[in-house]
Amino acid sequence: MRFLLLFSRQGKLRLQKWFTPIPEREKKKITRDMTTMVLARKPRSCNFLHWKDLKIVYKRYASLYFCCGLDAEENELLALEMLHRYVELLDKYFGNVCELDIIFNFEKAYFILDEFLLGGEVQETSKLVVARSVEASDMLQEKQRLMEIILLFPLFFSCYHGGIHEQACILTLGGMDLHTPEGIWTITDLTTVQNHGVMSSRMICLNLCPEAGRECF
Amino acid sequence: MPAVSKGDGMRGLAVFISDIRNCKSKEAEIKRINKELANIRSKFKGDKALDGYSKKKYVCKLLFIFLLGHDIDFGHMEAVNLLSSNKYTEKQIGYLFISVLVNSNSELIRLINNAIKNDLSSRNPTFMCLALHCIANVGSREMAEAFAGEIPRILVAGDTMDSVKQSAALCLLRLYKASPDLVLMGEWTSRVVHLLNDQHMGVVTAAISLITCLSSKNPDEFKTCVSLAVSRLSRIVSSASTDLQDYTYYFVPAPWLSCKLLRLLQCYPPPEDGAVKGRLVECLETILNKAQEPPKSKKVQHSNAKNAILFEAISLIIHYDSEPNLLVRACNQLGQFLQHRETNLRYLALESMCTLASSEFSHEAVKTHIETVINALKTERDVSVRQRAADLLYAMCDRSNAKQIVAEMLSYLETADYSIREEMVLKVAILAEKYAVDYSWYVDTILNLIRIAGDYVSEEVWYRVIQIVINRDDVQGYAAKTVFEALQAPACHENMVKVGGYILGEFGNLIAGDPRSSPLVQFNLLHSKFHLCSVPTRALLLSAYIKFINLFPETKATIQEVLRSDSQIRNSDVELQQRAVEYLKLSSIASTDVLATVLEEMPPFPERESSILAKLKKKKGPGAVSVELEDGKERGELNGGGDRGGDAAIAASNASTPSPSADLLGLRSTAPVSGTTPSAGSLLVDVFSEAGPSATSAGVNDDGFLSSAPPTVASEDPAPPLPESDELLNKFVCKNNGVLFENQLLQIGIKSEYRQNLGRMYLFYGNKTSVQFVSFNTTVSCPGELQSHILQCICTHTHTLLNVQTKTVEPLVEGGAQVQQVINIECLTDFIDAPLLNIKFRYGGALQNISLKLPVTINKFFQPTEMAAADFFQRWKQLSQPQQEAQKIFKASHGMDTEVLKAKLLGLGTALLENVDPNPENYVCAGVIQTKAQQVGCLLRLEPNAQAQMYRLTLRSSKDTVSQRVCDLLAEQF
Repeated sequence: MRFLLLFSRQGKLRLQKWFTPIPEREKKKITRDMTTMVLARKPRSCNFLHWKDLKIVYKRYASLYFCCGLDAEENELLALEMLHRYVELLDKYFGNVCELDIIFNFEKAYFILDEFLLGGEVQETSKLVVARSVEASDMLQEKQRLMEIILLFPLFFSCYHGGIHEQACILTLGGMDLHTPEGIWTITDLTTVQNHGVMSSRMICLNLCPEAGRECF
Repeated sequence: MPAVSKGDGMRGLAVFISDIRNCKSKEAEIKRINKELANIRSKFKGDKALDGYSKKKYVCKLLFIFLLGHDIDFGHMEAVNLLSSNKYTEKQIGYLFISVLVNSNSELIRLINNAIKNDLSSRNPTFMCLALHCIANVGSREMAEAFAGEIPRILVAGDTMDSVKQSAALCLLRLYKASPDLVLMGEWTSRVVHLLNDQHMGVVTAAISLITCLSSKNPDEFKTCVSLAVSRLSRIVSSASTDLQDYTYYFVPAPWLSCKLLRLLQCYPPPEDGAVKGRLVECLETILNKAQEPPKSKKVQHSNAKNAILFEAISLIIHYDSEPNLLVRACNQLGQFLQHRETNLRYLALESMCTLASSEFSHEAVKTHIETVINALKTERDVSVRQRAADLLYAMCDRSNAKQIVAEMLSYLETADYSIREEMVLKVAILAEKYAVDYSWYVDTILNLIRIAGDYVSEEVWYRVIQIVINRDDVQGYAAKTVFEALQAPACHENMVKVGGYILGEFGNLIAGDPRSSPLVQFNLLHSKFHLCSVPTRALLLSAYIKFINLFPETKATIQEVLRSDSQIRNSDVELQQRAVEYLKLSSIASTDVLATVLEEMPPFPERESSILAKLKKKKGPGAVSVELEDGKERGELNGGGDRGGDAAIAASNASTPSPSADLLGLRSTAPVSGTTPSAGSLLVDVFSEAGPSATSAGVNDDGFLSSAPPTVASEDPAPPLPESDELLNKFVCKNNGVLFENQLLQIGIKSEYRQNLGRMYLFYGNKTSVQFVSFNTTVSCPGELQSHILQCICTHTHTLLNVQTKTVEPLVEGGAQVQQVINIECLTDFIDAPLLNIKFRYGGALQNISLKLPVTINKFFQPTEMAAADFFQRWKQLSQPQQEAQKIFKASHGMDTEVLKAKLLGLGTALLENVDPNPENYVCAGVIQTKAQQVGCLLRLEPNAQAQMYRLTLRSSKDTVSQRVCDLLAEQF
């Protein structure tokens, strides 16, 4: 695969991945050609096109077009399913993924893509394995963040030992500004985190840092 | 899965993104971005050291701005700093920034490589993967230099985690593609190949991409992968859909891996080991069988994955091209898909069939689907599918169905999408020319093409029809009549006017006898279009008018009146004005003799590669592929004395098309009458200033078969012919153009054309040194009795750079220059020995004396004869006297490829007759050798025996010497 582009129905580019070295100007030209060509297609046309010496495979998912360029010897149907699998991976990660998820979390979309495709070739086709490795990095990240909190506030954790639960945690945290190396956390930030279906910090803490958990709770 | 860190706390980033989204205009967006850039810059430059989180956030904002399409010229250093953070997200964002915005700043590259090195040796699989992803995403040469040695070790180490192996394999692939010289597999080869046996399907999937790429470049080193791949494939194909757990995709076991295995096998010929081959054939059969089974799911993903494997298997079958049974099954399967309700499958079936059409086993099977394909061309709703249908029609076209296919393409053109019209026009033009048995059909087709899609008919197409009409006198009258009729349409395309102007100007006399197309009627018809045409067309028409004055003196007054009118002679366009003035002058001053000489009929165009074909090749696209495949067939089928396998270099140098402003007269690359090139006004003036007749001498020479004596020969006797001259002669039996001879000093290129019993040969002597050749002299002599058989003469001897001045006694060939010589040949009666060409010159004082055989053989005077099977056998029987037959049985000294054989037989000059011999393996040909004394009919039969690698060649003709000679000549060709 030479490149993968995600763009909206209005032709706004949402994600671009180039698997071969191409000058910036050429990238812009290809992007322009792809959007105009693909957006001009009638619904229910076939998903394949020829463009210069490349095969273009595209598919529309809701408001987003997924479009990739293949070398002549590559398999179009398989590429179509590659796009589908990527959509499934995004969906699994974001939960009912929509264009906004990709706009606001573009870096995540890139990370997930890197786990699935590398250098234009499929690296891992198992949805479970990809999901697990993305999850593992997220866990690693969360673990690091909690460790910061725990290290900074040994008192806070120790005084609630045994009986701490989510609500209390948030309320307590909300009562003060939490200075972490990642910035100042206020109550809004934490609610946001929670609304997105995050497990309680305590649960994560227990899951990920058994040592820390034992020590604190 | 719990989205643990969605949003990730980078609140500032989310706010910034929604700000951008809320911008009402581009200007507002740019303003917001500039504000942010200023903010970030001040943060980065500020005295306060930023913490990791802020750095990450700002770097991420910069990345977002860059991805919006704005330039970013700072922040690289901060991103590099993030790489060495021990926080995962910071590292991750740092790597993402580097991957997207890599900067070739050497200082930075060193720092980046250091960070990567640390992560690779961290033994933390997550960090190692991040580092490998970065290398794969950037893939620069610097990275290859730094890591190409390390990564293979990681890939094959026993303790490497599976996920790291996968990344390492693909990372290595990327580096290999970018800098193959830096990736040395050597000692790792066999361990890499054995990754095909890995327990982890993901590792195999990633590794096989690497192995495929390496195998295609070094097939021998990796050939052990074939048997491993076959057994892996066989295990997958025979597994139940649940066996492979998460590697089953919508009930299809491991589709990605299966396809990649099939793709890997396409790097190799069919396995030699019988057991392996048997197992593979079994796999392919299973895959074909599965296509007939009811689907396990109604989901499109299921059928797509299943068919992806099927198409890949069909590609492998086509690649092997050796299992007729599988090929036919593949073709039938594709035939089913042609009518499938899924548009995607119809598209792919058409595309695959295109390659299948070039296999000799399946060409006929593909042809049976012609009606379906034509129907697809007419009824498909999707233009890209129709395009594939047109490509397939083009690929399946041969003599038997050319008329039908061309007719369908023409009628499709009337409604075709604008995007594909130009390509369609080219294809129709090529097919019409390639399979034209009668040239009136060809002319009809091209004129129809101009009528239907005139705007899309490029110059190459209409140039070509004119070249062909000029070169074939049997079609000239018909062309004149047809174009005359076409011009009578009230609105006709300008291209039609151009063709009309040219053809009537040359051949209007052929239809002038009919009062309905008398000279004046022809002129008035052309002139009625004049005012609607563009300047180049008008210029062409003016040239046609002056030709009219020459052809039909009765139109002189009318035409002079037109030329004299202010709108011509005072035209604001300088080209038109000049033509009007010069033509008017020419017609009033020059005597009829001069006029007739200046405006004599165009000499035949030298045969060259069809400019249309060159144009189609230039247009990228699937069509180009099939054209390339058919190149072999192409040769010799182009009109009469076609481009018979001309040497590529020479063909290319001749293929140059004149610039659009130069009018057609400029087309004659060997223009003997320089004065008629109207743009060279000064030359024309010269014609007048010197007395008419003397100025024309150069031109006449070229056409007339003067028997002037060859230039005086130097005192030394000609050397005996070179020992290899017979071999050189044989090289040219089936082709007319190429390099005849070459040594360190001199290269002799040859271009020749034959019509009936006449031939013209252009010899190009190239001085390969930087020193001039002195006393350059060439002679052509006919050995012994040949003298009376071939009449030859050396006409002009010209420097390519200067015009007609070199009849000096001591011609010099400057270093690096080329000298051209024209030889006209007339065949009086049949002959065996070739004329001798002797070249003498002094190079640095030393006399060079070279004798060669001039590649003139009796078969050059063949006229192809088409006949039906019944006729052929009747004539064959008539030539049954023993001396009329010559036969040879001989061993094949080249491959026995069908297309090559056909090309050679056509190159011989005979017509290749299809469907005559009951055995389709055999070839039969017919032709008439034209000599001045008589015509000798010749029938030929070639029976290849592929097992024994032998041929039997039988020639029958009305003259024993001819049978023998043609038989001898041809036997050397296979």
